Amino acid sequence: MKTCLVVDDSKVIRKVARHILEALNFSVSEAGDGREALERCREAQPDVILLDWNMPVMSGMDFLRALRASEGGWKPKVVFCTTENGMAYIRAAIEAGADEYVMKPFDRDTLESKLQIVGVA
Amino acid sequence: MLSAAKAAGAGQGATAVLAALLEARTGQQIAQDRAWRLDTALKPLLRERGMESLDQLVRELLLGQDHQLGDRIVDALLNQESSFFRDAPTFDLLGEALGEITAGRRARIWSAGCSTGQEPLSLAMLLAERGADAFEILATDVSEGALARAKAGRFTQFEIQRGLPIRRMMRWFDADGADWVAKPELMRYVSFRRINMVADQQPPGRFDLVMCRNLLMYLAADQRQAVLGRIAAALRPGGLLVLGAGETVIGQTNAFAPSPRWRGLYEAAERAGGRAAA
Ligand SMILES: C[S@@+](CC[C@H](N)C(=O)[O-])C[C@H]1O[C@@H](n2cnc3c(N)ncnc32)[C@H](O)[C@@H]1O
Ligand SMILES: [Mg+2]
Repeated sequence: MKTCLVVDDSKVIRKVARHILEALNFSVSEAGDGREALERCREAQPDVILLDWNMPVMSGMDFLRALRASEGGWKPKVVFCTTENGMAYIRAAIEAGADEYVMKPFDRDTLESKLQIVGVA
Repeated sequence: MLSAAKAAGAGQGATAVLAALLEARTGQQIAQDRAWRLDTALKPLLRERGMESLDQLVRELLLGQDHQLGDRIVDALLNQESSFFRDAPTFDLLGEALGEITAGRRARIWSAGCSTGQEPLSLAMLLAERGADAFEILATDVSEGALARAKAGRFTQFEIQRGLPIRRMMRWFDADGADWVAKPELMRYVSFRRINMVADQQPPGRFDLVMCRNLLMYLAADQRQAVLGRIAAALRPGGLLVLGAGETVIGQTNAFAPSPRWRGLYEAAERAGGRAAA
């Protein structure tokens, strides 16, 4: 079973994402901000991370930079999942090391399609 | 042609007329047990025209005052679902196969039943990224509505995210409000035309590849066979046919046989047979 860490400060979004991901046969863990996400990653290394941009304490972008800087052999797929839908944001995310980008709102088909593209579904 | 009047005479009222209209225009049949789909599919059109019921819609249709009504009904009844890089592994195979069979000369491709354009644009992106420039894609559909959308190259946020890798979106599309629009440098590979695969006998040229995916499944067996025969006649020597992931020619026609070289693709039968015998 593949593992996915859902990082979002919205409890509702985390719940929806968990619901979809579990239906796609993922084992899901959650974090409410970037710092918590880094802790989760130290405990257990997920195959893929679904990452919000705007969060308190540590943003998705800062988390991603810290993550990519600290990686050893383990390189999880990172799928940004955010309401920041402009091309400039998308470009910045990809340059910082994101593998894919989901523009909110998303549905099951979108998420499944993006997970297939990064090769985890 | 199956006349609407004849179907109405069958005594099933509005449903029968609508089913007959769809079949006459596209060759598609609506099974009796799927007739409920008519209601759901036509609800938005009823609302748009301020009509109360399918009976009223059929009355208007038969009165024949509104010349677009038939087209609009048929559009609403067709399944136009599509996505970018649908059956993704197929696309890589097509890129390879085209490279080999055209060996540098200009490739001609027909996307038959292109719906809203994701299929021809996916192939165009793939070929252009492989460094090919000498190719052209003819994208056709029976639905004016789908074709108009395909020609605009405009996709909603939901559509653009389905099957399309983000890097390809960045490379080939521009944001426009909430939508994403294919760049002219991508659109220039594709031309669009209305073609009814069942009614139009004359193929629109000769092709190295025909994509006819998720269309034949809606046709009756005899029509499917006739369409496949015409597609075979539209292939250049060595040309290939690709169907949808759940579709096959086996048991449907003698015009095609599985390609021994390209797993999942089909060749015109004499060719495949000749090669097997050689
Ligand atoms: C389900 S879509 C498939 C789109 C695309 N080929 C794909 O696989 O994603 C089927 C398309 O076939 C078109 N179609 C149905 N009957 C047709 C006919 N007789 N001639 C041409 N197109 C037809 C419909 O309008 C629709 O756009
Ligand atoms: Mg947020």
